[in-house]
Amino acid sequence: MPASRTGAVQRVVTSAWLRPVLFLVLMIVAWDLTIRIFHIPPYQIPAPKDVLVTLWNDGPELLGQAVPTTLATIYGFLLSAVFGILCAMLIAGSRTVESYVYPLLVFSQSVPKIAIAPLFVVWFGFGLFPKVLSAVMLGFFPVVVSAVQGFKSVEPDMADLARAMEASRLQMFRMISLPHAMPAIFSGLKVSITLAVVGAVVGEFVGSNSGIGFVLQRSIGNFELPTMFAALVILALIGVILFWILDVIERLVIPWHASQRADLVMGS
Amino acid sequence: MVSSAAAASPVIELDGVSKTYVSPDGEIPSLKPVDFTINEGEFIVVVGPSGCGKTTLLKMIAGLLPPSGGEIRVQGHVVTKPYRDVGIVFQSALLLPWRRVLGNVMMPVEVKGLPAEEYRQRALDLLKLVGLEGFEKKYPWQLSGGMQQRVSICRALVHDPKIMLMDEPFGALDAMTRERMNVELQRIQRETGKTVFLITHSIPEAVFLADRVLVMTPRPGTVAAVYDIDLPRPRTLDLLSNPAFAELTQKIRAHFSDSGID
Repeated sequence: MPASRTGAVQRVVTSAWLRPVLFLVLMIVAWDLTIRIFHIPPYQIPAPKDVLVTLWNDGPELLGQAVPTTLATIYGFLLSAVFGILCAMLIAGSRTVESYVYPLLVFSQSVPKIAIAPLFVVWFGFGLFPKVLSAVMLGFFPVVVSAVQGFKSVEPDMADLARAMEASRLQMFRMISLPHAMPAIFSGLKVSITLAVVGAVVGEFVGSNSGIGFVLQRSIGNFELPTMFAALVILALIGVILFWILDVIERLVIPWHASQRADLVMGS
Repeated sequence: MVSSAAAASPVIELDGVSKTYVSPDGEIPSLKPVDFTINEGEFIVVVGPSGCGKTTLLKMIAGLLPPSGGEIRVQGHVVTKPYRDVGIVFQSALLLPWRRVLGNVMMPVEVKGLPAEEYRQRALDLLKLVGLEGFEKKYPWQLSGGMQQRVSICRALVHDPKIMLMDEPFGALDAMTRERMNVELQRIQRETGKTVFLITHSIPEAVFLADRVLVMTPRPGTVAAVYDIDLPRPRTLDLLSNPAFAELTQKIRAHFSDSGID
């Protein structure tokens, strides 16, 4: 009995999630102490306790506001993924497309994208669509870049081998290039989903009457700092949960990849 | 005395085959005209200094590269594109990491749309032939380098091609594994009766495996000499200390010291 109990304790102490949680608690304590020691007024930085109370009281309303933000993020992310991968296929598959499109695509990234977001409001009004577009604008590029890199990193000998098997272009793509590119695509998707959250919030900043971005702006305007901090916490949670879901999908889709192998060896 | 292939019909015919690469700096001759005939069931090994066009020659025979001049005929047909009757093994095993061993061996069958059930048994038999029975469900990275290369040999043989093209297939293996693989390859070739065209940098490997050794000159390469290796088969590793074997390797090595390449 005592042996198994110490075993359980040991497992909790060594578990992967414990350390970040401990660090988080430490930071919150530091935050609280800083406010107390330096007498920072609550209209500048609210105390952790006030934020927690707000989270508890306004929780249902905040969660309700999180729905449109999450939807805009997910739609934006899915569009980025689909069009990003398609675009990467075209770029990797054809020198001509690459020479025309890729330099412009890279160049377009130097345009401050957030500055374009108000334009979407002018074009498409205050609904979900401009928010989705704003999320796509940020989430699209990382998918394209990593997918192109993934598609193009197939070894020339591997391509020769497939050609010697009389593989068609479609077969080459389906059996070699696409699975080969999957790890790179997933790393692009992970960057994309966190940026899609940012895009959705920016979309809500510039023109929306719902969503976490809208709550953030309203609470800043009214100096309701605890509400604003609570909204930030919700926003971070959206990002973390979406990222985590993507991580699980990655494990299911590419269990063979080096980053996932430890599990597989244990499983076999 | 001479191998059984001598009486057989030609499978691969090279008729003045040459290759010149065109680069922005001008034309780079890679291969001067080569004339050579390989008979059915014959084991041909090519040795030559780096960059002498050995790999180019192999890719042209596979139909992966068009020759700049001359003509390659395989079983009487002029080669213009990849064709069914060939299996290739490269220096690196090039297995797909997301496919298990059996899935990798079955790849040509899937690509060519051959009946999977029928060839599955053949794939299993081949894996048994190379001593990998029981490894069908492993992933490539769970195997050693030598085992991976054996899987790639099975993949090259699964659709039962007449010709096997091998580009330094054991170049990445350690010396001991390499010797063992040589013995195995000889056995596989004898049991399957394939025509093999193998490239290597190792002169002892060439003499050990070949019916005929093709020695090539430095770039732009062409055939410097052809040696008939009349050593009896099956050959064992004891052969490596045989005087006749030493004499042949010495003769072939002389080509490279003469031309200043060592």
